[in-house]
This record gives sequence, C-alpha cells and structure tokens, in this order.
Amino acid sequence: MPNLEHPAYPAATLHHLESLVPCRESQVSMLLSIFGERQQFSFPSIFIYGHTSSGKTYVMQTLLNTLKLPHVFVNCVEYFTSRLLLEEILIQLQSRSSATEQTSQVSCDTFNDFVRLFKQAVASRELQDETLYIVLDRAEQLREMEANILPAFLRLQELTDRNVTVILLSEIVWELFRPNIGCFEPFTLYFPDYSIGHLQKILSQSHPPDYSADFYAAYINILLGVFYMVCRDLKELQHLAALNFSKYCEPVVRGEANERDTRKLWKNIEPHLKKAMQTVYLREISSAQWERLQHDDGEPGQLKGLSAHTHVELPYYSKFLLIAAYLASYNPVRTDKRFFLKHHGKIRKTNFMKKHEKTSNHLLGPKPFPLDRLLAILYSIVDNRVAPTANIFSQITSLVTLQLLSMVGHNDQLDGPRYKCTVSLDFIRAVAR
Amino acid sequence: MLLFWLSYELLHLYQMKTSAMSKRKSKENSGTSRECISQVQKILRERFCRHHATEKLFGVEHQYKHLLELLKRTTVHGESNSALIIGPRGSGKTALLNHVLKELMETKQVRENLLKVHLNGLLQTNDKVALKEITRQLHLENVVGDKVFGSFAENLAFLLEALRKGDRTSSCPVLFVLDEFDLFVHHKNQTLLYNLFDISQSAQTPVTVIGLTCRQDILELLEKRVKSRFSHRQIYLLNCFDFKQYMKIFREQLSLPAEFPDEPFARKWNHNVQHLSEDKAVQDILQNLFHHTKDLRSLHTLLMLAVSTVTVCHPLITAADLQEANRQHRMDSKANIVHGLSVLEICLIIAMKHLNDVYEGEPFNFQMVYNEFQKFIQRKAHCLYNFEKPVVMKAFEHLLQLELVKPLERPSVRAQKEYVLLQLLLDNAQIMDALQAYPNCPTDIKQWAASSLSWL
Repeated sequence: MPNLEHPAYPAATLHHLESLVPCRESQVSMLLSIFGERQQFSFPSIFIYGHTSSGKTYVMQTLLNTLKLPHVFVNCVEYFTSRLLLEEILIQLQSRSSATEQTSQVSCDTFNDFVRLFKQAVASRELQDETLYIVLDRAEQLREMEANILPAFLRLQELTDRNVTVILLSEIVWELFRPNIGCFEPFTLYFPDYSIGHLQKILSQSHPPDYSADFYAAYINILLGVFYMVCRDLKELQHLAALNFSKYCEPVVRGEANERDTRKLWKNIEPHLKKAMQTVYLREISSAQWERLQHDDGEPGQLKGLSAHTHVELPYYSKFLLIAAYLASYNPVRTDKRFFLKHHGKIRKTNFMKKHEKTSNHLLGPKPFPLDRLLAILYSIVDNRVAPTANIFSQITSLVTLQLLSMVGHNDQLDGPRYKCTVSLDFIRAVAR
Repeated sequence: MLLFWLSYELLHLYQMKTSAMSKRKSKENSGTSRECISQVQKILRERFCRHHATEKLFGVEHQYKHLLELLKRTTVHGESNSALIIGPRGSGKTALLNHVLKELMETKQVRENLLKVHLNGLLQTNDKVALKEITRQLHLENVVGDKVFGSFAENLAFLLEALRKGDRTSSCPVLFVLDEFDLFVHHKNQTLLYNLFDISQSAQTPVTVIGLTCRQDILELLEKRVKSRFSHRQIYLLNCFDFKQYMKIFREQLSLPAEFPDEPFARKWNHNVQHLSEDKAVQDILQNLFHHTKDLRSLHTLLMLAVSTVTVCHPLITAADLQEANRQHRMDSKANIVHGLSVLEICLIIAMKHLNDVYEGEPFNFQMVYNEFQKFIQRKAHCLYNFEKPVVMKAFEHLLQLELVKPLERPSVRAQKEYVLLQLLLDNAQIMDALQAYPNCPTDIKQWAASSLSWL
C-alpha cells in the first residue's frame, strides 16, 4: 500500500487520512499530488467519474475536511436550478468566512452576478491566495440547467481570475457532458470500482463486537457469493449484510452449531438469502417488514410484496373485460375469427405472414384496439348473454383509471376510443384464477 | 596516557563538530532542495494551468503584428475598427489578445486613455445584462442613475456621450472585447452586436470591437444588417506548426526560465528536459498526442500531470512519468465503466450486442433483451443461476442510470417500462475489448459473446 506523503501537510494528518479511506490510497495520493501545496495553482476543473458507491463523494469530503482545505460542497440534485445552486455557493462562502458576521441574503440570478459576488466574497475571506475548491456532486444535473452553466463553471478560474478549482463528481462519462460547440476540457480522473477483495475488506471492517472477525468474514464471503453476480454496489451490500446477520447467527445463538461449523451455517442462511434477493433487494418489502419476518420463527408465510397480485380485487365483468383486453392487445386481428367463432375456416399463410413470423407480439408490446373489438371478444368469452349497458362501459373507464388499460389517441377522435392493455401475463393468470 | 586520552577526546569532539556541520549542510541542501522544488512547481503550474495569462506565443507573429497595428490605429490615431479572431479551442486567441494589450499598455498615452470593456458570451446571456455590465465596466453607474431609456441604441449613445464629457478635447478610445462571440449571435435581434458595429462605423468616439470565437462559420450566423456593418477583418489562428516545432514547444514549455534563483538546479533541470526530448519513448508519446490534437492545452495537461509527480525524492521528470501521465490522460472512459459492472449486467450487454448484430442496429426493448438472455441461460449457462425477471429488470435499470443504454425518445409516464424502445451506446469493438479486461469473467459468457448467430 503506498504511503501517503506530501511536503505541505504533516505526516500525522496524512496517516489519519489514510486510515479513513481504505482501498482508495492511490486515488487520494493522485489527488494530493495534483492539488499541490496550498497556494499553488491546480487544474481549473477536474471531472471525477466512477460507479455508484465507488467512494467519490466520501473520499472528496474526507480529504477536504481532514486537510482543512478551503472548500464549498454542493449537491446538484438538491439545488436543481441555476439560481439555487449559485446562491448556495455564495451562502456557503459567506458562512465560512467569519462566524460572527451575519449571513446576509444574497440574490444571484445570473452567472454574471455570481462572478462579481464571488470575487467580493473571496476578497473578504482571509484566503491569502490559497486554492478554493468548489465541489459539485451529481454533476449530471448541470446538463439540465441553462446551457451556459456547465461551460462557465469549467472556466471559473479564468473568468474570475482567482485561484479556484471546480471539481465535478458524476457516474456518467465525460463524453456525454460535452456541449456541441466544445468547452474547456477538464482533467478527467477515474475512480475504479472495488474488486471482490476490496469489498470483502471494507465489509468486514464493520463487524459487530460480540463476534470474531473471522466469523464475520466467513459470513461476508457467503453473502458475496450469492449477491456478487448481481450487484456490486457497496451501499446495497452493506445494507443486506446488516439485515441478514442476525439470521446467520441464529444457529450459534441457539446452540445448534459453533462458529466454525460452516456447512450448517450455510444451509441455514442460503434459502434466506435467496428469498432476500427477491424481496428486500428489489425493495418489494421494507427492511422493517423483513426484520419482523426474521423474528417469527418457522415458515415465513405469504410475503406480500409491492407488486403482489392479490391486492387487486376486480368485479366479475371487469375481470372478463381485462382478459378480453389482453387477448385483443396480443393477438393479431386475423386470428380473431379462428379463435372466437364456432365455425371458422382455414387460415391461409400469406407471404406477408411468413416474413413477419419471427417478431412475436409478446416482444413488441401491446397493440391498440378499438372498442368494438373489445366488446366482440367479451361477448364470445362470457358464457351468458351480456347486455351492453352503461355498467359495462363505466367498468371500462374505471379500468383505465386504475391504469390496467390505457387510452390511446385523443379524446376527440372520430372513430371511437382505442385502448391498450398494460398488464402482464402473470397478472392475467392471477386474475383468471 | 593522559595526553593520549585528551587527544582522543579532542579528536572525538572535532569529529562530532564536523559531522554536525555536515548534517547542517546536508539539511540545508535538502532544505534548499525543498524550497527549490516548491518554486519549480509554482512556476510550472502557473504556466500550465493559467495558460491565458502567461503563455508564450508560438508561430503567430504575423497575426500578432496585424492585431497590434489595428489596436495602435485606434488608440493612437483615433480610428474605429472591428475584427474577429477565429480559431479552434485552445489555439491561443485570448493569449494573443492579452499579449498585444500588454505591449500596448507600455505606452503612457495608451495607458492613460484607453478604456477597456471585456464581455463574455457565457456570462452576459442577454443584451440587458450586457448593457449593465458595460455601464459597470466604464464606471458610469452614477451617471446613468435611474434613467430609463427607450431603446438599446439610446442607452449606448448616452454612455459614449458621458465618456466624452469627461475629456474636453477628444474622447477616449474604447475597446470592446467580446469573448465567446458566437453566443452573442443568439441574442434576440442581435441588438448588442448591431449597435456595437454601428458605432464602430459611424460615431465620433474611436471604438474598436474585437470578437473571439471558435466557430469558423461565424459570418453565416450574423444577420444581414449586422454583417454589413462589420469590417470583415478576420484573423485566423490555426495551430499551423509541424512536429519539429511541436517538440521545440515541448522543450521550451518544460524548461525553467533564466531568472530561476537556484542556478545549478535549473541547469540540471533544463539538461534533463533536453535529454527527455531526445528519448525515443517520449517522442512516441508526443507524436501520438500530436496526431490526435495539435492544440497546446492537451500538451499542458500532460505536462502538468508529469510535473505533479516531482518531489524532493524525485526531483527530475523521467520518461516513465510521461508514459504514466499519457496513460492516465488517454484512458477510455466507457471501457472503465464496463469494467465495474456486475456479471448479470455484462450478460445483458452481450444480449444487446447480439440483438444489434441480428437486427442490424434497430432499436430494441427490455422484453427482447430478456428473451435473448433466457435463451442463453436455458441452453448453456452453468455458472449463472436463473434470475427472476424483476432482478434482471433492476440490473437493466442500473444500465439505464449509467447511460450506457438510452431510450430513443423521452418515455411518457404511461409507457410500460419493458416496452420502451432503446439503443445501446457501446459498439462491438468496445464490448469485446472490455470483456478481455474484465476480471474473472466466466468462460461461458466469453464464449457466448464471441459466437454470433449460432444461438438463433
């Protein structure tokens, strides 16, 4: 592991910093060498990209706070318009200067005003030419604001003629940010994703004090074995590790196995983790529900997830309407005659059909159908006679409100309303039972 | 015996004294070395990071003379003029202008008389803001006060009148510098441009308007009435130097100036730079960069990265430093992102690659990708567990979040997630390269990626 050292900062601080950022030493040392000493100039803008939870925000904040470098930290999702963003930067600058001064109301509409007020704010702080860092987290939101915000931030050092560096953090690569007419290119730095070794190391650090580190490391191993193929997000894995640990310890607590009995522990935890993948991982049920489930010993019973189909209870005719709508959406028109009439002829395969056989309707999505076709299919699948009363039509409208059907086209279409079925086959099967 | 012991003690003391002196000297040496390194870093960082301020100019003598002539005519002889400096990004337009202004300011007459107004298209996004900024830079806020003007032209004329009243005999020349000129063109009716060019053609105040832009087609963007008032004087900065000159620029940019306080170190450093420029590996790196882009900004980024590794223990730049800096500078960002995806997400990307191959780049939706993935799972996968559809959906949404896959049009609220049409923003070569670099890639998946239509 490279030891962090830099002439401008005391070794003790650097040592402390190193302990706070496991597995990210090389990135921190690169950043330190780019920043240089406090008064030296650095790149006017730096763009840091990497996967979700690869530590960009955490490392940046830890670095700036531990070394006490003058900085402003803003999240672009929280301050989503240019006005909010610019005002927040100015407010943070004011509040860090002297604690006794009142933070007066700043109003900053345009970037022009921002440059002017920024120069004033920097002059009033006793910075003595130290580099000021402006960190913008979730920088992809800058693309949604006015077109001049992103290029202006990249050039802030030139526009204000001060020692300032703008750091942008994002998950998305720089090529998708670049404006059409070009801009001042920032220095791009990549934060690599954690390898499986790194993940093990970081996750094992947060082991509860009652159990040994080896025991917890074995548990992390099992957890990664199940979830690593699907997800490498550190935050998700930490969440899952915290939730499932009590279940893992159950055999030890109950006295059925000791800490080193890996096979028994594995047999206990494996179906539990698989179930976790279908429910908690997908946020189908909340973590509180999951924990409650763990405490009820024995069979977990029916887990009611968010997209469970047993929530919706439809009246009799609505069920048939929904099934009819599904058939109308997914079957091509020419097969109606064959399926729904008592005496049908043969269907001759034309050339057109042979060419388009491969694209199944199930892959392309539901097709819109007119109201008449829906009613025709409805009459043929319901056993007894159905009168076309207002009751039926109002049920169609309520299905649209429930978003089980959707209306296609405008309200003022002349040949009647057209609908589309928006539910899946599993739902229909559940309804049809 | 006593004498012997005394002499021994004296000798010991003498040795200690000299060792202390030498330690002090070596500390002084490393101390000055540290100061020296700090000084080196300061100078080079200012040179590479603040390029607009201190950059030396290369190969633009002709343009420099032209611009200097132009500005001299305004400031000394009182002529009005307008010009456009056109060049790709990083070709030194602002630096050129700054140099010319610096030279002009050496004359006393110019220094006392010339008024400068610097406008930037990124900051002044509409004409009202621009006018306020002009008022502010000419220090005429008090004069304008609360007056309300009918039109832009009236306001501008008033400002120039106000300037004249200050000086009885003649009016001071005003220089308007418009950076990012192509952004001013998009303002409503191009009012600011029209008025500025108008007064540069007609008014008694000597006014020069200099625009800096990176668009070569800037003249087509001007309205007819604006274009007719423009003098059509264009100065082009086109980075026209060849590789030999580029190497010379590299040497000059990296060398320490003659006024550097620590002379022996400066000599050592410059000698090292000379040595580097003759090294074959370094020449290859620079050749590569030169073929990719000629502008000096990328060279500065590379050199800045190399300079940031200079410390007391490592006082001279080596070829290895430059190679590392080059590697850092030229990483393929999308390949890096693909490197960090989970195995399930990689499978989805390969499924999309196959769909693109079969259907020749037509857009697809999630249902089709899932179908393709199911085909792989059912036939060949021994390593992958058959994941449920919602789990696969979550992995797919992660790919959407990373913008590796993009919907063709913004999906409306009522569209079903599985059926929105998408396209993949990676091409086959990138995917195959990324797979090679992917850590612990299961062989099934590698084979699936490499095979083509045998799955259908």
